[in-house]
Amino acid sequence: MSKRIVIPFGPQHPVLPEPIHLDLVLEDETVVEAIPSIGYIHRGLERLIEKREFTEYVYVAERICGICSFMHAVCYSQGIEEIMKIEVPDRAHYLRTIWSECSRLHSHLLWLGLFADGMGFENLFMRSWRLRESVLDVLEDTSGGRVIQGTCKVGGVRRDIGAEKLAEMHRALDPFEEQCRDLGDVFLNDDTVKYRLQGLGVVGKDEAYALGAVGPTARASGVAMDHRETGYAAYGDLGFKPVVETTGDCYARCAVRVKEVYASIDLIRRAIDQIPEGPLDVKVKGTPDGEYFSRVEQPRGEVIHYLRGNGTKHLTRARIRTPTLANIPILVKMLPNAQLADVPVVVLSIDPCISCTER
Amino acid sequence: MTVNEEQTTIGVALEDLTREVEGLQAGGYRLVQIGCTDIGGAYEVNYSFDKDYQYRNLRLTVGPETEVPSISGIYWGAFVYENEMHDLFGIPVTGINIDFKGTFIKTAEKYPFSVTRRGGDQCRNA
Repeated sequence: MSKRIVIPFGPQHPVLPEPIHLDLVLEDETVVEAIPSIGYIHRGLERLIEKREFTEYVYVAERICGICSFMHAVCYSQGIEEIMKIEVPDRAHYLRTIWSECSRLHSHLLWLGLFADGMGFENLFMRSWRLRESVLDVLEDTSGGRVIQGTCKVGGVRRDIGAEKLAEMHRALDPFEEQCRDLGDVFLNDDTVKYRLQGLGVVGKDEAYALGAVGPTARASGVAMDHRETGYAAYGDLGFKPVVETTGDCYARCAVRVKEVYASIDLIRRAIDQIPEGPLDVKVKGTPDGEYFSRVEQPRGEVIHYLRGNGTKHLTRARIRTPTLANIPILVKMLPNAQLADVPVVVLSIDPCISCTER
Repeated sequence: MTVNEEQTTIGVALEDLTREVEGLQAGGYRLVQIGCTDIGGAYEVNYSFDKDYQYRNLRLTVGPETEVPSISGIYWGAFVYENEMHDLFGIPVTGINIDFKGTFIKTAEKYPFSVTRRGGDQCRNA
């Protein structure tokens, strides 16, 4: 047995836009153990619930993350609506779905670019982010914000998307999908990408499930679990089947996200086709008294907002379990037997979002 | 279009916790999360599980100094939540498979969510 050495990976590292630390125990160049550590930017946003009225906290919830911000607002609002038995208008559900899928699109395209950069494919990084810009343009046009939309509120949404804009978005989807499929073709079929990713960081279906993995990370190992299947927002009307791969390696995690880009485009197209006319919100009366575990499928997987009220305007507890926190155990299991040079790619393959994790 | 999932919560005694969790694991449930709530001088700890979008919640109520047995021997990934319980709330959890001993989540102040410090620490930035 070679002498073991420990190499610190992070919290500052070129492939990590946000700080997470791993102690990598190596024998020669091979990882034998990885010990994670977080908490460098813990913000205490859960505690802020005690000082913000329940209708105001949606602004805080949206700022938990700078990528899946809108979906945090949806998850929080949905939790309050379930506690207070608020019936959100159908049009608001559809608009939430459209903005959510736009968020998933830009998140996955962001990740695809970062992943390409992590494996040394700079041109692919630029192609991915160029496509992402067009999604951000749509978000800005329809909500006023590229990253923080601010359109979701308890009881519905704040803004409408007019028929003309929806038609324009619909027309843009076909050429956008064509460009995404061109991009996806490189990720899925390029020999150098396959050589870099296949067989790397393998986790089987049973192990992924037992470790509590969520999102594309779990689905790449064959776990057919996607919270959109429960039919929240407008997903119940639109119908949805999870994208699943079975090899459980970095290539499969990449393939799931590429195919989810196509699935999101299809969902937006169908949501625009089916969106009903009607009001955008309902008046919220009273205060929340009760508790609910609200769950939504974010780009990285299932997020949970546990909300609890006591009949006053301030909630007594908001506990947010983000998908990256749930995916840390599987990351720890992916790394042993990887080469040191492959560690950045394996870490990126779970699409870590430390901002969310450090809520 | 309400959320189509069932959520059930049942109380569990400290001495029954591991047996109940073993039963859920044998029944094919995955561990979703462990979360703590301050209920005024004590903690409510929610152990959440899911199988086919059926959400089951075991609710344990403990005092601030009560030692809670780890379930990481049953669900290996529980260590992230149990270290969080310790680092943010100060709840002692015994037998964690990867025990960071207070260094998993680095906070400027020790146990920021602890019930024992609530009187003088009311969310100062608000």
